[in-house]
Parts: sequence; structure tokens; C-alpha cells
Amino acid sequence: MASAICSQKDYKVVPGPEAYLSPAAASMGIVLPEKGQGLIEGQIVSEKVAMEAIAKKLLGAKNPTFFPGPNVLWAVSEKAVAKAVALQEMVKAVPGMKIIPMPDYRPKYPMINPEVEINPNHPNLTIWHNEIDVCVFAGVHCHYANLALKIIRGGTDCYTIALCANPGHEDAMISLRDVHVEDIRRLTKVIERLREGSK
Amino acid sequence: MIPKISPGFEDVLPVEYRELVQDGSYGRNLRIKDLGTFKESIEEHPLCAGCALSLSIRLIVASLPCPEDTIVVGTTGCNSILMPQLAIHNIHSLFGNQNAVASGLKRALKIRYPDKHKDVVVVAGDGGTADIGLSMTMHSWFRRENITTIMLDNEGYSNTGGQESSMTREGVVLYMAPLGKKYPKTRMFEIARESGCAYVAAVSPASPRRLEKMVRRAILVARAIGPTYVQIYCPCATNYKFSPSETLKRTKDDEQIREYMSSDAKELIERLGE
Repeated sequence: MASAICSQKDYKVVPGPEAYLSPAAASMGIVLPEKGQGLIEGQIVSEKVAMEAIAKKLLGAKNPTFFPGPNVLWAVSEKAVAKAVALQEMVKAVPGMKIIPMPDYRPKYPMINPEVEINPNHPNLTIWHNEIDVCVFAGVHCHYANLALKIIRGGTDCYTIALCANPGHEDAMISLRDVHVEDIRRLTKVIERLREGSK
Repeated sequence: MIPKISPGFEDVLPVEYRELVQDGSYGRNLRIKDLGTFKESIEEHPLCAGCALSLSIRLIVASLPCPEDTIVVGTTGCNSILMPQLAIHNIHSLFGNQNAVASGLKRALKIRYPDKHKDVVVVAGDGGTADIGLSMTMHSWFRRENITTIMLDNEGYSNTGGQESSMTREGVVLYMAPLGKKYPKTRMFEIARESGCAYVAAVSPASPRRLEKMVRRAILVARAIGPTYVQIYCPCATNYKFSPSETLKRTKDDEQIREYMSSDAKELIERLGE
């Protein structure tokens, strides 16, 4: 258990592989950010700082990948469609960023095809198969996002980023909260600015 | 509601999801006669060759009066590993809880969508329905919940290697029942009728048209009147040790087609022309 690795006081949410059963970050004392804040590796920071960190991580990644969940993949409302469009703009801003969808949460029998999808019950298979070093989750219901994020931290060395429409994710290495269309567009602008600045 | 893919994500979704959206049964009023012209499940599923249960599930999906507004509640069993492959909303419940989950779901949907029919259909095996979940199954009937319960009766616990269930016939020897079943098959048809089901039917996939008619009737009666029950006999080639090619013959030979309906249900069925 991670509690044997380090005490709760200095627990950091960093890339793994951490443990066969990695602990929930919340159980290690990591708390969710307040409005206007984000999380970087378990530390609360301002949203602005978190956005900059996300942009740097994505631009510095060898194989950045976006995992859209059912809340944006399926056109269940105008809001979902608008968010889907904004997220695709964000993907376009990151050179070489791939999209691998999470169409639903149902277990995949007899096997998952990690080339074309990710599933919260065994996300590590998709990460390993595609050698993904940085990933972004958006549009995944919170309880399934937490499940996937914990498994990824437990079994892979992938850096996880969660763009959450609700209160954020302690189990992600970087998490924003209350992310809506305009916030995604702001993040895209930050990515574009840093990308231009690095030329 | 009929699922649509968000613009721009059409090309990233796995092909089977795209096909389920494009060629699924949603909103098209399809029937069993149309099987083969639409996609009701993903091609690959892990059930055994000659599985009468997988055929039954295909036929059930093709029989739903309104698949886009149907939620199937399942539970542990062979059927539960095919459920994720279907072009239909489904919930997997803890073993035996399916009728309790379905009851709550149906009540919530009535509140959320007062002007719309949302059909809640339990599809579970004999172990989930008549053994482990019998209490919840019967109590949902006692409470007159507006749900349909479909039991896929393969007369044993198949995906755990062949234990006897209460639906196994007396004297039958299975892999994990080497001395043979010591008591008769539970009379679920009669239990359902006496527990307050307005419509009760027994059928098998060897009679697809009858199965379609009974499933449709059960769902339409459940919408308007009260609980309904359909028992589908679908023997298991693997655990009953017969050749997969014999499944339909064996099903046909052993099937029992029975139907009971209350006077209210009869009147409704006649009125709807079903």
C-alpha cells in the first residue's frame, strides 16, 4: 500500500506505476479545489497556474492523447455538442494529439480493442498499447473518471489531466474544476500562446 | 431518445458504435421479420456456440416495441456478458437485485417523464430470477410494479460451470450436480400468475414469432396495468452436453408454450390489436 511508501502528509499524485492497488488520493489527504482553483499533483493552485501547467505538459508530451467520454461524444444536448466542438479545437492546438474515445462504461467482452477505445474498467491496456505519456479526460462521469484515473496511476507512468465540469478530481495529476465551453477555449488560447512562444 | 454522435467525433468512435447508431433499431419500428436488416448487437460476443440464450436475447431486442425508450436491467449470468454488446440501454445489477433495481428505475422514470412511456424490462437467467433473486422478483410482483420480467431459463448455472438451479429438472445430472437434481423444477409460471402478474407467458426461441408476440404483449401490459412475466426456455449446449447444432431441435422438442392474461390485460391486448 502507498501508506507504506510515504505518509499522508507528503503524498503527491504523480505518475506511477504506484501500486497494484493505489489508494484513492482523497484517502491520502488530497482535497478538491474550490471555485477558481485547480490541483497540480495534489497541491491546490489557482486555475490560471493549473491551465499553464496543462499547456506545458501537453506541448512537451511525446504522445499526448485526449479521452473524450460519453458526456461529450454523444449529442445529448446543445451544451454537449458545444463542449465537443471546443474540445476538438483544443486537440487541434496540440501538435500530434490523438483522440481515443470512451463511448460508454460497459465492460468489454470478449476483449477491448486498445487501438480504438479506452474503457474505465481497464484503461491501462489502452495506455500501454499506445504508449501514451500524457492524457486528458473530459466528458467522463466523475465516478468512472476516478476509477480510470486510479487504475492509470496504479499501473502506468502516464501523466493524467482531468477537465471536470464538476468539482475536479483528486486522482488526476492536474485537475481543473467547473470546466465549461468558455474555460476550454481559454485553455486552448493558453496552449496556442505557449506553442507560439516556444517557436 | 435516439442517440446521435457529437459532430466531429463520428470518425473517432469505434466502428461498431457508428454502426449501432446508423443501423440500429432505434425509432424504426422494426420487428423480428426484419432481423438481419438492422444491427441489434455487436457481432462478437463471448457466449458458446449453439447458445439458445444468445438467440433469445437477439429475438427479445428485435421484439421491443420501443427500443429507444427501453432500459434492460440484467444481473449476473451468461446473459450479462452479452448485454454490453447490445444497442440498448442496460444496467447490470448485483446478483438477484434486478427486480428491485428495475422497480426504483421505473418509478423514477415515471416521475421524470410523466408523459412518456419508458419501458423497464428485466432480462435475467433462472439463477437470478428464481433462486438468488426470487424474493425481489416476487415482491416486485406483489407491489404491482409496472415492469416486465423475462427469465432466460437455461435450467442451470451455466457460466459458473454447471450447478443445478431450482429450474433444473428433477434427476438431471450436471457437471457440478453429479448426483442429479433431487426435487422438481420450480413452477415459476404459476408463481408469477398467483403473485399478481397481469400477463404470464412461456415460450422458446424455437418459436420466434410467438416469442415476439409474447414479449411485446408483456411490455405493453406492463406499461398500462402491472407486472408481467415471460419465461423463455433456452437450453445450454455446453452444460447439458449436446451438440451446438442440436440446440434448436432440442428447444423445439422440449418447449412449452403457455399464456395467461388477466381480464384487464386481455381487454388491453385486444384493444391494441396485439
